[in-house]
Amino acid sequence: MSETPTLAPKGFDPVEAGKLFFKFGHSGWLGLRYNDHADNWVELELPWRKDLLGEPHSSVLASGPIVSLMDMASGMAIWQTADTFVPIATLDLRVDYQRPAREGSSVFGRVECYRRTRSAAFVRGVAHDGNLDDPVAHVAGVFMTIGADPRTKDKPGSKGDD
Amino acid sequence: MTDTTPDQSLPAYARSLGVKVDRIENELPVLTVEFGANVEGRPGAFHGGATAGLLENAGYAALRTVLVREGREPVLKPINITVQYLSAGKQKPTFAQGRITRLGRRNANLSVEAWQDDRDRPIATAIMNILMA
Repeated sequence: MSETPTLAPKGFDPVEAGKLFFKFGHSGWLGLRYNDHADNWVELELPWRKDLLGEPHSSVLASGPIVSLMDMASGMAIWQTADTFVPIATLDLRVDYQRPAREGSSVFGRVECYRRTRSAAFVRGVAHDGNLDDPVAHVAGVFMTIGADPRTKDKPGSKGDD
Repeated sequence: MTDTTPDQSLPAYARSLGVKVDRIENELPVLTVEFGANVEGRPGAFHGGATAGLLENAGYAALRTVLVREGREPVLKPINITVQYLSAGKQKPTFAQGRITRLGRRNANLSVEAWQDDRDRPIATAIMNILMA
């Protein structure tokens, strides 16, 4: 398999995309998993792991992996909302930590894309450990699109299967 | 990882990500991480989350260094972090160093920069607030 994930020729399916994204690289290393989605949001899961702990003498996940989780969920929320896989780059991401995640518990990152312009996409979301109404963190971010969907360059809609 | 000092002073997450103390500069640690699969996002580039992880660890490392010097050893709790991504992290080592903008009794405000070849052209910066309990 090539380095670039191969996605369906058009549209965006977070379930299928997750299978590819979470096999490789940083998100693969973190063990991210797809959990849920709707029209304009995607929720991913970061399983608890001993080697992702932050402070010594504490069993609380470091905040770094939560940033990675929210960054990834943000990207997928943008593709889900746009229904296309356009290359994007994170410009600005802010995370406000509300409380530590429960020991041994997965952290879920649910991010919605609430606004897209020609070149920017705005996201907001929460990280939680089971109860959306009792978040671990709030997140807000801005992403830039950095080109067209790479799949439309060579084979425009060759296998349209959505 | 078999390295002992000084990387053992870093949290499990940092060591697991491959973060190391590269050197001490102006009395504050410069952390580094090599490019590799575990930090890769878009093929050939650092994942924004991995860059944020390095920035955050550099922030904590700077704060701990200053606190130890003052004979303080509080539990550190994150309040927030805002990361600005300035350019893509390429397939080479990335460095980061934190600076304490204000050290209070209960809160510290830090700014952190990450760079690759040229320190004057950072690839990402972060502002962090950390609670000292």
